[in-house]
Amino acid sequence: MQRRLGNSPIRLCLYLIAGLLLVCRSAFADSRIASSNSFLPESTPARDVYYLALFALTVTGCIFVVVAALLSYAVIKYRARKTDPEHEPAQVYGSTQVELAWTVIPIIIIVVLFLTTARIIFAIQNAPQPKTDLKVTVIGHQFWWEFRYPEYGIATANELHIPLWTKQDPDTTYLTLLSADVDHSFWVPELAGKTDLIPNHPNEMWIDPQKAGVYYGQCAQFCGLEHSLMLIRVYVDTPEQFQEWVKNQQKAAVDDPDVAAGRQIFETQACVNCHTINGTTAKGTYGPDLTHLMSRGTIAAGAATNTPENLSAWIKDPDTFKPGAHMPAMQLTDEQIKQVVAYLTTLH
Amino acid sequence: MADQTFPVPSPLNTERSGNAAFLEWLHSWVVTVDHKKLGILYIVYALLFLVVGGAEILVVRIQLAFPWSGIVSPGVYNQLFTMHGTTMVFLMGMPILFGFGNYMVPLMIGARDMAFPRLNALSFWLTAFGGFLLYFSYIGGFGLYGMGNAPDVGWFAYAPLTSKLITPGHNTDYWALSLIVAGFGTLGTAINIVATTICMRCKGMTLSRMPLFVWLMFVTSALTLVTITPLTAAQIMLEIDRYLGGHFFDPVGGGSPMLWIHFFWIFGHPEVYVLVLPAFGIANEIIPVFSRKPIFGYTAMVAASVGIGFVSLTVWAHHMFTVGMSAASNSFFVLSTEVVGIFTGIKIFNWIATMWGGRIQFTTPMLFCIAFVFQMLIAGLTGIMLSVAPWDWQLHNSYFLIAHFHYVLLGAIVTCVFAAFYYWYPKAIGRKLDERLGKWHFWLFLLGFHITFDIMHWVGLDGMPRSIYTYPADRGWQGMNIIITIGAFIQGIAVLIFVWNMIWSRWHGEIAGNDPWDAWTLEWAAPSPPPPYNFANDPVVRSRRPLWDIKHPNDPDWKYEP
Amino acid sequence: MTTASILVSEGPHPPSRGMVAMSCLIIGESAIFTLFIVAYVFFMGRNVSGPTPAILSPPWVNTVCLLASSFTVLFAERAIDRGQMKRFAVLWAITILLALKFLAGTATEWRDLIYNHGLTISVNVFGTTYYSLVGLHATHVILGLIMLSVVLGFTLTGHVNETHAERIKVLALYWHFVDWVWVAVFTTVYLIGR
Repeated sequence: MQRRLGNSPIRLCLYLIAGLLLVCRSAFADSRIASSNSFLPESTPARDVYYLALFALTVTGCIFVVVAALLSYAVIKYRARKTDPEHEPAQVYGSTQVELAWTVIPIIIIVVLFLTTARIIFAIQNAPQPKTDLKVTVIGHQFWWEFRYPEYGIATANELHIPLWTKQDPDTTYLTLLSADVDHSFWVPELAGKTDLIPNHPNEMWIDPQKAGVYYGQCAQFCGLEHSLMLIRVYVDTPEQFQEWVKNQQKAAVDDPDVAAGRQIFETQACVNCHTINGTTAKGTYGPDLTHLMSRGTIAAGAATNTPENLSAWIKDPDTFKPGAHMPAMQLTDEQIKQVVAYLTTLH
Repeated sequence: MADQTFPVPSPLNTERSGNAAFLEWLHSWVVTVDHKKLGILYIVYALLFLVVGGAEILVVRIQLAFPWSGIVSPGVYNQLFTMHGTTMVFLMGMPILFGFGNYMVPLMIGARDMAFPRLNALSFWLTAFGGFLLYFSYIGGFGLYGMGNAPDVGWFAYAPLTSKLITPGHNTDYWALSLIVAGFGTLGTAINIVATTICMRCKGMTLSRMPLFVWLMFVTSALTLVTITPLTAAQIMLEIDRYLGGHFFDPVGGGSPMLWIHFFWIFGHPEVYVLVLPAFGIANEIIPVFSRKPIFGYTAMVAASVGIGFVSLTVWAHHMFTVGMSAASNSFFVLSTEVVGIFTGIKIFNWIATMWGGRIQFTTPMLFCIAFVFQMLIAGLTGIMLSVAPWDWQLHNSYFLIAHFHYVLLGAIVTCVFAAFYYWYPKAIGRKLDERLGKWHFWLFLLGFHITFDIMHWVGLDGMPRSIYTYPADRGWQGMNIIITIGAFIQGIAVLIFVWNMIWSRWHGEIAGNDPWDAWTLEWAAPSPPPPYNFANDPVVRSRRPLWDIKHPNDPDWKYEP
Repeated sequence: MTTASILVSEGPHPPSRGMVAMSCLIIGESAIFTLFIVAYVFFMGRNVSGPTPAILSPPWVNTVCLLASSFTVLFAERAIDRGQMKRFAVLWAITILLALKFLAGTATEWRDLIYNHGLTISVNVFGTTYYSLVGLHATHVILGLIMLSVVLGFTLTGHVNETHAERIKVLALYWHFVDWVWVAVFTTVYLIGR
């Protein structure tokens, strides 16, 4: 075995690298729909960070090239050879000039980097806040996001809708970040860096997305059992779409007599303790607001797509998608679940 | 100079039946107060947890190789990464480095033992008790809810996730109490090393002649005094919250989760330097020997180490750029953090300058040290990237951060620890570790390390956060995660080769003699393995390289040193 | 002292191992106290409900007792240096009495706070930080008291003499720390925090 692989570890390593390259080729072909790459910024805070990152990367890259080259040169040039003389090489103890040089040069680099960084910190953190902008309160829960729009009196969950920023209509969105229980962190890499949601410590951040579309992110501070499935979607709508969405959200819940049975089950079960549906007796605030459930693409903070089948499975046993979610299995009969789902699917 | 060997008195020399001899041998290890035996105990203990913590993370890596893989449940996953982090920092990292310190510091300064041999034994057994207490949480019975669960709140244990309300059961208490106990052990060892360094140096061993490893252990220990105690204090507060109904970190009762974050990182950041400074010390010993030159810029190295020690106390909030501090505080911590980069830069340049003009022998310890310098360079530079606060808003808690600190912990610290094993194993055991197995270990480890952690930077930039047990399939992280997992297993195999090498060479390794590497510090003047009293006669030194002076009487070091 | 350390003839004589170790311990302990004091200061005026620091009255007598015990220990150290063992025993015993007085004072104070003011450790952040900080200090006093008592026991049975002066000084150093850290605690809790 060893003979065939070649008897040096370096040879084996080369084989392994070649094999890995083959794996890579197939591995990177996998599906990639929801990108969340911090190097694809679409909003000012993310873009400022991106350019600062490029600057820092250039500086550190240059340092790396120089130092790695020196190291490689030293290791190769000064390796022990058979032709070396018997006696030890010249014993050098140090040199104050050289020491001084490689202390002063890094200091200069650090000063430059620090000043650039501080400028961006102040630019993002202390940006003037126009009064007309949209304000959204983000509340982190174990394990979902609550989005409240105080100006419009609406509340939704996990999928944030905000207007596009354009030159004609510069609508920046300000997020106030609160937490209902433990620490969370709001992170949508293509819009901005992350900011934590800490109980008793309100935070703020702002975004001004300049391209319509959906942006993906998730909780970035370990918050317990289902931290992994606390996903965020940000829908950046054109101003018209956004106004339309707001109008729809402000309406009371659809009251379709065809699904009255499901509504009755919903209202008489424990559902109402945690969920709100405007226009019904359901006024709970522990779980997401369901008034316009069907306007959302996902359920369970992005753990599953919002389809009737998934809704049934979720109500039957939330552990199917998200073991550890605080929603209990509702212990309804299959018939009852069917009726409740029929009711829920009318909530556009 | 004591260079002759003495018969080592050992209970094993007496003729006894196998069982009784074994018990006596075991007893001698339990009651020992010899710094060398305790050092070995520390190291064996730490290696045990290296394997345990490594196994934990391999399960994690299998889980993450595919989205929705479902190998382990989220609860088990959270326990695994919490235990991995806690184990590697407290039960593996610190004990193994303090183990080397314990073994080497008295030998290097020409002392016969530590300043307080019995305190030394107490410290070890406290540390060991803490470690086993932490793992007892796995089997602590299932009677009460949460009793049989390992801690699952992350090794940073951010409040209020740790409150009794949100995490009931006793697993968090196991975490806090075991680390308090282990912390007292660490404190004892730190005190001991400081006292040993100050009071026990042999004749002529002035502070400016101490080997750099001793200097670094000294700085580390001094730093430990003010590093481990804040954690103990914070954990006592946590236990007051959990058991006495206090409100330090409880937001409902007016407490402040922010306070925990501050307190944890006041411990947590200097802790990184507590781990990395001894590693620097190891490189400071090995690189000169195999370059056949003295360390370049001894004074600068000492100054940079002491500098890092002080500055490291002012940088903790760079772990907190995302918690919403003012722009001014953020800027301050950017600056203080980048200052550390200057000191680390000085060290890296000095190591390269030591090799420059030398005659580099590519023995296994030297290979590890060269890899260490290269990886420390990268770890330092990604550290600079993370210190750029706005960029940290993107990188923090992403896999980029994980990659960065594993570059420090594994790429720098563990790599140096491996070097230390290959370098000092002959001293402790009397036989060399096998060079062929050593080369396999090195190259496989290097390969696995770079596969895993180089890719990890990318997946972090692509938005993958840490501490997640699964991820949506449509994010495009899967391919990279498979490769990371493959790399992790290659490292696992390399570590197994290393462990096998340790066992095999114990009986079959090449006999080392007192000074197998033609080195220059005092420990090589003692027999291998050293007798309980280390040196037959108290050594007297006149320079930083006492053995060089003996080997080159015509050209001794003390002629050139100030 | 081992031979090795005695042999160091260059430079100043190295300090005793015990003193170095105790100084290190004190540095570490200071860090613990610092964190508790920081927590106390951080939560000053952040009470949501319940009793406030206004209910505290500075325990002056207690403070004087504790600080005085630092001086009695100092005189005891001098006594043992000169081999005056009787004098040492008396001073040592006075120290213990002063420490006991301090603890008794704290106990009375706490009893008053709990029964007459309803301040417990779980009632609000003031209670939590107050009992933790003062309790941390009291724990140190108790630990010191145990060690002082052991020494007194050995002294009375005639097992302590001037050859133990150095070890006594190490213990005394701890006691000085316990006494003087009280100044920081006292200032924070009873003077600034009120």
